[in-house]
Amino acid sequence: MKKIILISAFLAGGAGLTAKAGDTTNVYHSPANIKVPKGFEATIIADELGRARHIAAAPNGVLFIKLERLKNGRGILRLQDADNNGSYEKVTSFGNYGGTGIAVKNGYLYASSDDAVYRYRLNENMEVADTGKPEAIVTGLLNKRQHSAKAIALDNNNHLYVNIGAPSNACQVADRTKGSPGQDPCPILDSAGGIWQFSADQPAQSYKEGKRYATGLRNVVGLDWNSNVNELFVVQHGRDQLATLYPELYNDKQSAELPAEELFMVKDGANCGWPYCYYDGQQQKKVLAPEFGGDGKKEARCADMVQPLVAFPAHLAPNALLFYTGDKFPARYRNGAFIAFHGSWNRAPLPQEGYYVVFVPFEKGQPAGKWEVFADGFSGLTEVKSPNDAKHRPCGLAQAPDGSLLVTDDVKGTVYKISYKG
Amino acid sequence: MYKIIAGAAVLLALAFTARQPLPKGSLERGKKVYATNCLACHQADGSGVPNLNPTLAKTPQVTGDRQKLINIILKGLDEEIEINGESFSNPMPSQAHLSDQEIADVLTYVRNSFGNKGTAVSAAMVTTERKKM
Ligand code: HEC
Repeated sequence: MKKIILISAFLAGGAGLTAKAGDTTNVYHSPANIKVPKGFEATIIADELGRARHIAAAPNGVLFIKLERLKNGRGILRLQDADNNGSYEKVTSFGNYGGTGIAVKNGYLYASSDDAVYRYRLNENMEVADTGKPEAIVTGLLNKRQHSAKAIALDNNNHLYVNIGAPSNACQVADRTKGSPGQDPCPILDSAGGIWQFSADQPAQSYKEGKRYATGLRNVVGLDWNSNVNELFVVQHGRDQLATLYPELYNDKQSAELPAEELFMVKDGANCGWPYCYYDGQQQKKVLAPEFGGDGKKEARCADMVQPLVAFPAHLAPNALLFYTGDKFPARYRNGAFIAFHGSWNRAPLPQEGYYVVFVPFEKGQPAGKWEVFADGFSGLTEVKSPNDAKHRPCGLAQAPDGSLLVTDDVKGTVYKISYKG
Repeated sequence: MYKIIAGAAVLLALAFTARQPLPKGSLERGKKVYATNCLACHQADGSGVPNLNPTLAKTPQVTGDRQKLINIILKGLDEEIEINGESFSNPMPSQAHLSDQEIADVLTYVRNSFGNKGTAVSAAMVTTERKKM
């Protein structure tokens, strides 16, 4: 825990956007063997599900989970605690595609593959009557393996938002290749590297029917519609490999700590700067990327880009964002943001970081305090040297109707439930 | 009979190559090249990153045919490969900016680390492959 506080305090550098970890001294090992703040309890409600990515809770408490890889030929799980004893004993599955995104909205289940978004009509018991015949809402989205997860969110105005991650690190001519220049303008931005908006109920849409809602976002796996202020919020996976590609500009330590992972509010037309810019958490500004003539300090066009509301340590891989709207957690959690960090790999040779769930208090759509580690210990290790060693990695978040927070893990397929006991 | 002789010859060849000492200093030099150019993705222990970058421990590419291996390093790799039932979404960037000697050293290092045991790769072999590009 000490280490986490140190790192966030270091990045905070005083005031400004980057917030400091709060009081995390009152933590204890709960039944699920993860650490949560005093007053909270964590239990495991399901396990061994497969590569459990995002999770959605239906109004009646039924859970839907999207699997990245098919398990027994199926890619969507439906979990039900029929006898209400806290364990989800009834598990059914359907859907013949892997993917990440899942959401329940207005009587429909939405789920994404790596190139499409489908929806299924739900009955009053939150069952899918015809699991074999989903409606293809969006198809033909770019999927070139890298950053291919199509995370989704829905607003209250019949729109579907889809992340189309850039199949690239920094839009070099040859991706991730030393000496290869950046492409300016970056052609990838025409079909990826942003959030696209579609109608939530019109079948067979693709790029032509959709609209590029926000651009300059390298890869967003966590996004959520904030109904409190009616805006879309996203967390970006920042670029990798500053030291491998530009050893003359960055050493291993700088490369491990740059750039910040960013949380944005994105309005229609927002440009968040990728691939031209990255956010430096110490200088607290966006600077020009070295592929585009940057030297680690120059701002150039980056001053005009949308700035982050919160900057987190580098490479932590924010895989889910959830605004808590329940009333079962203490008041300070209301409308605040939970973020599931999958955990880093690009901090090597320095120790890896992340593998935890963070909380940021919010008021009226603005951060109202420092970020803090909310749930920790998923990796089962005191220090993660190689990502392969981590036992669990947080990947998805949902708020259950009973006001608890659900966390999925895509290593073992464990689902954690974190409740407030007072 | 033929088969047996051929088999014996292969065994002999194997025994012979296995006893060949690695070129002096190649492991130390290769380890340095690895740290600057490969470690971020394949990790210090060669275990890779789940779903993103493959392990280098006991894979057919690492321990197998050296010509193919040299070409992965020179040209990179961006197609679906499967190792231990996993596939990887990152591309492997070309490392052609490294010198022939550096590539020879890093491959000799990789072929003799992370539980691997293999013959050395020479700079001359890399030169030959690079000429074909
Ligand atoms: C940007 C990350 C990255 C860097 C840097 C990198 N690799 Fe790779 N490497 C990969 C990925 C990803 C693959 C698999 C590509 C695919 O699936 O098509 C791979 C595949 C390989 C393979 C074949 C598969 C296997 O695991 O045996 C070898 C061998 C290899 N890399 C060695 C190296 C060496 C040696 C270096 C340094 C000189 C290096 N790589 C640098 C990402 C990287």
